Amino acid sequence: MSLATHLPALQVVLPLLAAPLTVLLRRAGLAYAVAVAASWVALAIAIALALQVGRGGALSYAIGNWAPPLGIEYRVDALSSFMLLLVSGIASVVLPYSRASIEREVPPQQHYLFYTMFLLCMTGLLGISITGDAFNIFVFLEISSLSTYVLIALGRDRRALLAAYQYLVMGTIGATFIVIAIGLLYLMTGTLNLADMGRRIAAVHGTRPVLAALAFLTVGVSLKLALFPLHQWLPNAYTYAPSAVSAFVAATATKVAVYVLLRFYFGVFGEAQVFDRLPMAQMMLLLALAGMFAATTMAIFQTDLKRLFAYSSVGQIGYIILGLSFDSATGLTASIVHLFNHGVTKGAIFMLLGIVVASVGGGTLARVQGLARLMPWTSAGIVLAGMSLIGVPGTAGFVTKWYLVLAALEKGQWWLVFLIVASSLLSLIYVWRFVEVAYFREPRRDILPAAISPWMAIPTALLLVAVVIFGLDTSYTVDPAMRAAEMLLQGPNR
Amino acid sequence: MTPESALPAVLAVPLAGAVLIAAVRRRPDLRETVTLATAAALLACVLALLPVVLAGGRPEWVLFELLPGLQIALRVEPLGMLFALVASGLWIVNSLYSIGYMRGNRESRQTRFYVCFALSLAATMGIACAANLFTLFLFYELLTLVTYPLVTHHGTEAARRGGRVYLGLLFGTSTIFLLPALIFVWFLAGTTDFRPGGILAGRLGHQELAALLLLTVYGIGKAALMPLHRWLPAAMVAPTPVSALLHAVAVVKAGVFSVVKVIVYIFGIEPLAATGIGGAADALVAVAGFTIIAASLVALHADNLKRRLAYSTVSQLAYVVMAAAVLAPLSVIGAVLHIAAHALGKITLFFAAGSIYTAAHKTEVSQLDGIGRRMPWTMGAFAIGALSMIGLPPAVGFVSKWYMLSGAMAAQHWAAVAVIVGSTLLNAGYFLPIVYRAFFVAPPPAEDGDVHGHGHGEAPLPMVIASSITAAATVLLFFLPEVPLALARQVLAGG
Repeated sequence: MSLATHLPALQVVLPLLAAPLTVLLRRAGLAYAVAVAASWVALAIAIALALQVGRGGALSYAIGNWAPPLGIEYRVDALSSFMLLLVSGIASVVLPYSRASIEREVPPQQHYLFYTMFLLCMTGLLGISITGDAFNIFVFLEISSLSTYVLIALGRDRRALLAAYQYLVMGTIGATFIVIAIGLLYLMTGTLNLADMGRRIAAVHGTRPVLAALAFLTVGVSLKLALFPLHQWLPNAYTYAPSAVSAFVAATATKVAVYVLLRFYFGVFGEAQVFDRLPMAQMMLLLALAGMFAATTMAIFQTDLKRLFAYSSVGQIGYIILGLSFDSATGLTASIVHLFNHGVTKGAIFMLLGIVVASVGGGTLARVQGLARLMPWTSAGIVLAGMSLIGVPGTAGFVTKWYLVLAALEKGQWWLVFLIVASSLLSLIYVWRFVEVAYFREPRRDILPAAISPWMAIPTALLLVAVVIFGLDTSYTVDPAMRAAEMLLQGPNR
Repeated sequence: MTPESALPAVLAVPLAGAVLIAAVRRRPDLRETVTLATAAALLACVLALLPVVLAGGRPEWVLFELLPGLQIALRVEPLGMLFALVASGLWIVNSLYSIGYMRGNRESRQTRFYVCFALSLAATMGIACAANLFTLFLFYELLTLVTYPLVTHHGTEAARRGGRVYLGLLFGTSTIFLLPALIFVWFLAGTTDFRPGGILAGRLGHQELAALLLLTVYGIGKAALMPLHRWLPAAMVAPTPVSALLHAVAVVKAGVFSVVKVIVYIFGIEPLAATGIGGAADALVAVAGFTIIAASLVALHADNLKRRLAYSTVSQLAYVVMAAAVLAPLSVIGAVLHIAAHALGKITLFFAAGSIYTAAHKTEVSQLDGIGRRMPWTMGAFAIGALSMIGLPPAVGFVSKWYMLSGAMAAQHWAAVAVIVGSTLLNAGYFLPIVYRAFFVAPPPAEDGDVHGHGHGEAPLPMVIASSITAAATVLLFFLPEVPLALARQVLAGG
């Protein structure tokens, strides 16, 4: 069937075309319908692609029928299909939720633009995940970043504009570093196709421009993925953006940046160059531990819930980089599975916080006193998602912790084992702050919670159910992650 | 009720009870009836499993498989059977007592209390019937979580502080010690299943085995081994029925139960014994022995009655750990029996303490002169509980102590023998004076304006009935210890 062969292109083209359509339609209701439809179709395509890859191995698609390495190639393999599912899945859940959420958070005349930017952001992230061309990655990265800056600026707090500007400055620096790296790689290998680059780089293995490219890429991507200490933009961005934006961005943007890192490290540079020639493993270990402890500690002292969970995100990204620093199959599995587990968990948390903001007018600890009596299901949802952040068995977060500790045990690094579980304890403290305020204080008399629209409740519940299901039946997440990890470790010659 | 359906029912019944209790919260009498009915139903399910286990059957139920070799599964074996019996049997009595206490003291948030109680029992059943260390860990953590609202029930700043120590120590030890130990066990053995003879045979050297054993046992913070015992006195801010739950029905019992289970079914008695004198188990004997003596010394000087009982519990729990670590067949039987014996004795003592508080508003030992004349039933029960703690007939504590002592002597573990004998004297030192002074010393002259203390009588009837039941059971088991003894022997024979 000819449509099936074009699925890789449609994955990106459909949301891309839907975006100007929403501008033309102008009316918020119609724009909403188009956006939701586009995200659901994108999810369907992602599932179809994942099934194809599962059956027949990696897919290659030449855009415009121009053959790679000169033409742009879309390549779907175990890792990229995983990311496609994550991005389209989160978008499919957040978009239906967003209409009721932005009602109170975004001026009505800008609603249709919200959907436009959301679709563009989704296009960018999907494009990064599927393309096999280095410069194409940069193009999609810019598309997703620029639309994210706009989305953040739509928040109703005046500081949203500042947060967007801050993210713009740091994000542009990051993107610039990435394009410099791509330029250096093109200079040394003569190609922009990732697979081809991986083959050709063997001839220039270890030369200074290549190592410089590695360094530029690492810093650039680290800015995007908010690796400590390049995380400064994240707390403001997540706090002041509209809740639906926080949910989508927190669940996907940093994860796609990790994907870029993995793709370049293992698919282009190769394990040997990254880990043996440069002390990348030690550096990543140190920065990951710093992120895990410093950011989690900062989270404990926050009074605004969105800010608290934003710092928690920086800590959780530390786990992902920690898994990467092990340079082993188990460690990489932990990292890749955490992309999914944390994406689902953080998406659920910010959606729940959006419900709280919509109901009681704000997300500070002062406003959510006694929330458990006023909104029992929402409070329980936050506790459940918090348990996933801590890593309680039965939730998705535990699976990641399990593999991280196993990776450390495989290397005999017991001190690292204790550090990993100690950081879980820190996460417990900030989740406990919410529990104490919500469950053990009397509700404020001046706050009457507004009713929650089912359009907000149902998608949130779906994500929470996913958190539990992926904690109890790990075959959906761990098996693809393991396959992706093994594929990456095989090296550039795929 | 078939054994196959009894096992899921053991989890489902208290969970359903919790939901029902919450549903009928506006009608207190109905709510209390639901609690009692749920407790009775749970005991019925547990009793349905008993003959199967005694005959050698091991009912099983797999809930989820997270990873290969990592399952959430239930499997009933003799040790778990005993724990489940103790917990479910005492829940009924504790519920009866709670009704009297909560109403007698006009406590607030009673629905939350009964709901959390039911959830605690569900978690306890999960611990008792866990088929592997991972499942035990999961329910162990849930138990900590679900008992927190009970510990901080009064909602005062002092209660919250006590709750933070409780939570901090228990979650801290389980996250930092037990979880790494659990993952390491899986890493070594590819499974965390409880199997007779253990699953670590031949996989570790002697020192590493000792280190792992200490890591695991300290990770089980609910066993209150020193110096990680502070959560237990801190939890005394809770209402007395909760203290009874913590000390007798569920929490500390879950702790020592887990320790014995890990020693017998993960490490294995034979492999541990093979490490010889000064090996892994001996380190544990030393730690436990120290705890026994040190805690008894603190109890000797404590004037607050609940504080004295708390440190007595710390000491008695360490008996179980020490007896199991001695690794002699008789002492292991003693350890298993003591789980039941201490539960009955301690719950009687806490019931008595709560009755004294409810009826006479007295909390310090020094205030209890002559109280036996006004509260003969309560203090009679107290006396029997005290006899069980000291280990004197006709209380069942004598039986378990006899086995522990015999086992230590058979293994020629003279340090352990000395600790048992010495601590018996200490126990007598801090329990017998209370009993003596309650009955044989005249009460102090009534203080002016002492409206409450003057002319008080016995505690409310449900409380007196409850404490009499447990006291009677303490004596009954002394004369008829067949069932616990049979289960203990089966544990020794190989689960």
